[in-house]
Amino acid sequence: MAHKLAMASELVRADMVEAIEFPHLANKYQVYGVPLTVINEKGRVEGAVPEARLIQEVLRSEEKGEQREAAWHG
Amino acid sequence: MPVLKDKDRKMIQEWFEKLRDPVRLIVFTQEHECEYCEQTRGIVEEIADLSDKVTAEVYDFVDDEDRAQEYGIDKIPAIAILGSEDYGVRIYGFPGGYEFTALVEDILDISTGEHGLSEATLQQLAKLTTPIHLQVFVTPT
Repeated sequence: MAHKLAMASELVRADMVEAIEFPHLANKYQVYGVPLTVINEKGRVEGAVPEARLIQEVLRSEEKGEQREAAWHG
Repeated sequence: MPVLKDKDRKMIQEWFEKLRDPVRLIVFTQEHECEYCEQTRGIVEEIADLSDKVTAEVYDFVDDEDRAQEYGIDKIPAIAILGSEDYGVRIYGFPGGYEFTALVEDILDISTGEHGLSEATLQQLAKLTTPIHLQVFVTPT
């Protein structure tokens, strides 16, 4: 699903990562169950969710990111 | 030694009949290949052998540092799946199980240009204004 979003948007890039082969990343992002989708380092979506939910979470993460940015400059 | 079983090979060949545009599978490994690196290169080369429209390119993560940077590769084994352009689709780790299905689907989607997303999702996606990096963690089974 993430790969499909990447195909459809120039702004999105999507990595699929095998958690067992990259334990340092699994540890860093606290992967306890799969699939886990990490959005811009901070957002987390657990499980295989429908595309409507995933895009909603992506937009929410972007909004939060902008708020952080605004707070930083404010 | 081939990784794909005859049965898998036949099934993939059937799926690949739907391919339209060329797809490049760009693999990053290293000279002294880690176990998973060797297997990843092997399976990608086997998949590429199943269609004239799919090509495999193999690079060394260390020696071809510039190339790795160009594709934003920061760990290996890595596969970048490209069509007429680079959509930012990557698979890290040996593509077995869940990742294998994803790889074959990616090849089909990119070749046919059909991601199959709904109109509603595309409308939401069009609202994005900043770059988004998605990392989907999976396990082989």
